[in-house]
Amino acid sequence: MISLAGRDIMHSLGKFVLTGMGLGLLIGVTLSMAGIYRGLVDDGKALLENSGADLWVVQQDTIGPYAEASSIYSDVWRGIRSMPGVARAANATYFTMQVRQGERDVRAMVAGITAGELGTPGWPPHLIAGRQITRGHYEAVADFATGFKIGDRLQIRRNYYTVVGLTRRMVSSGGDPIVFIPLKDAQEAQFLKDNDAIWQQRHRTAANQAFNRPQVPGLLDAVIASQSTNSYVNAVLVQVEPGHDVDAVAESIRRWKRLTVYTRSQMEEILVGKMIATSAKQIGMFLAILSLVSAAIVAFIIYTLTLGKIREIAVLKLIGTKNRTIVGLIMQQAIALGVIGFVVGKITATLVMAPIFPKYVLLQPFDSIIGFVVVMVICMLSSIISIRAAMKVDPAEAIGG
Amino acid sequence: MDGKGVRIEGLKKRYGSGDTAVDALRGVDMQVAPGEVVGLVGPSGSGKSTLLKCLGAVIEPTAGRMILGDEIIYDDGWKVKDLRALRRDRIGFIFQAPYLIPFLDVTDNVALLPMLAGKPNPEARSRAIELFQALDVEHRAKAMPSQLSGGEQQRVAIARGLVNRPPVILADEPTAPLDSERALAVIRILNDMAQQFETAIIVVTHDEKIIPTFKRIYHIRDGVTYEEAGEGRSIA
Ligand SMILES: Nc1ncnc2c1ncn2[C@@H]1O[C@H](COP(=O)(O)OP(=O)(O)OP(=O)(O)O)[C@@H](O)[C@H]1O
Ligand SMILES: [Mg+2]
Repeated sequence: MISLAGRDIMHSLGKFVLTGMGLGLLIGVTLSMAGIYRGLVDDGKALLENSGADLWVVQQDTIGPYAEASSIYSDVWRGIRSMPGVARAANATYFTMQVRQGERDVRAMVAGITAGELGTPGWPPHLIAGRQITRGHYEAVADFATGFKIGDRLQIRRNYYTVVGLTRRMVSSGGDPIVFIPLKDAQEAQFLKDNDAIWQQRHRTAANQAFNRPQVPGLLDAVIASQSTNSYVNAVLVQVEPGHDVDAVAESIRRWKRLTVYTRSQMEEILVGKMIATSAKQIGMFLAILSLVSAAIVAFIIYTLTLGKIREIAVLKLIGTKNRTIVGLIMQQAIALGVIGFVVGKITATLVMAPIFPKYVLLQPFDSIIGFVVVMVICMLSSIISIRAAMKVDPAEAIGG
Repeated sequence: MDGKGVRIEGLKKRYGSGDTAVDALRGVDMQVAPGEVVGLVGPSGSGKSTLLKCLGAVIEPTAGRMILGDEIIYDDGWKVKDLRALRRDRIGFIFQAPYLIPFLDVTDNVALLPMLAGKPNPEARSRAIELFQALDVEHRAKAMPSQLSGGEQQRVAIARGLVNRPPVILADEPTAPLDSERALAVIRILNDMAQQFETAIIVVTHDEKIIPTFKRIYHIRDGVTYEEAGEGRSIA
């Protein structure tokens, strides 16, 4: 026996491949959507992984520092540091802003990290070029994705920073690259007002009778100094000593201070379950719509191909072809269309969408397998209408009236 | 008649029921010997197509008997279980238009039938090629149907009707689209094939050009057949 479907496909190969490619672009977009979702989750996980923390201590009743604003006193870390089971604790600040470099500015998450050595929580774990921050001020380590190079001068608010090191895949949960700067600078930048505002605040303070008392020398200067220093951070990152139970340490910190503490898995829950939940829903909607559109296209194409063959099907039936063979003819064409579409889609997603899409697109083999199965199921289901049409064809039609 | 060929006795076919019932066949008697080509002629609506469909096992008669070779295939009900296999193995069809499968080459259009009957591909194809030699189209064996002339296509269609060596071939207006020269050529081929393969061939036709070539003609009118000796004019 010969493959009727195969012969039919080869006979109109051009039409078939073109249709398959059209379908492939649609499947490519669908696979990329799944990749974008995976990328969002992966960005979140990379952020947590790279922070090197086991616990995040944040302002009470907030889901900071990434998903909500959180501020805690900058000396809280000392107390935490001395608690049993705590290996290291370090302050950290995070805020997302435009970082200027020459003519351009890049949206980045600026992370303030404490002075220390490699392995300090909050520090970038590996560099792809340059060195870590060694001075207390005006040095920066930037992620490769910012496009900055070593030696570049960055402007963050009023101050300039020199890029001394580069990282890879250090991103916020929104996918913005991270720029690390010393904590003190970051604290200042986060709460910094512009020159005018400072001048006006000083002016108002000086005009306030309560602060400007000639009989108390030095009071005004002290008040102004306290106004312009920032003694808050967004979170304390904690590493737990090996052998200690992370949840137990978290619990003791919670009891000790009126602070909220998150473990790694709770933090993941916040990032995936709350921060990207809306994006995930949007992506889910698009996936559903794209699947429906693909199904409609496959169904329409296969139906058109089948209607064009009604006469041949009647003849095939008349000369004794089994229904199974005719079902096979239609089904195999639908499957072939799906396979061409999937291959083109996979190539589109891998070679076109993923590199040019502005967000991280993580194409997982498992998603591809699911995608392939779904495409196959869609193709088979959408060939049902055509199969029913073919089954209705009466072999007597071949004989005519 | 010795039990070969085709015999039809008192065949009736009623379409529908009640007030709208149509008695398309009201008692058809017919017999065609192996190697014989007979004409079946009659005005429009007389029941020609209905008779072919009954004999071709695609619609069920209402009553009567149909005998194919030495087997009773219908006797007030089908006597054969697998009508599909009956059509495939024991009945050849030739249509008004060739109706070749456009995505199969000429050889496989014909070889498909023995393949459907479970013959291995090489055997099926060599059977087809054998017929192409007899029908003078073997030089087109590798071509696609769309690359053939109308006459060549019709000869391939005849090969398809013959390939499983059926005891009967039903030809439904096989010469309608052809000019008289080609029409006569087709009839000559059918006569040759009938004799060569011991096949009974029934040709439904309106075609004035070919009617004189039949030795025997069945006229059908209002679902009843009348036999008539034809002129049996030889075809040069
Ligand atoms: N499926 C059907 N249902 C009801 N009546 C039918 C059906 N098919 C045919 N008939 C009727 O049966 C009668 C015989 O029809 P048939 O098609 O056999 O004629 P025919 O001799 O082939 O005519 P023509 O030369 O026009 O093709 C006609 O009156 C026709 O209207
Ligand atoms: Mg008719």
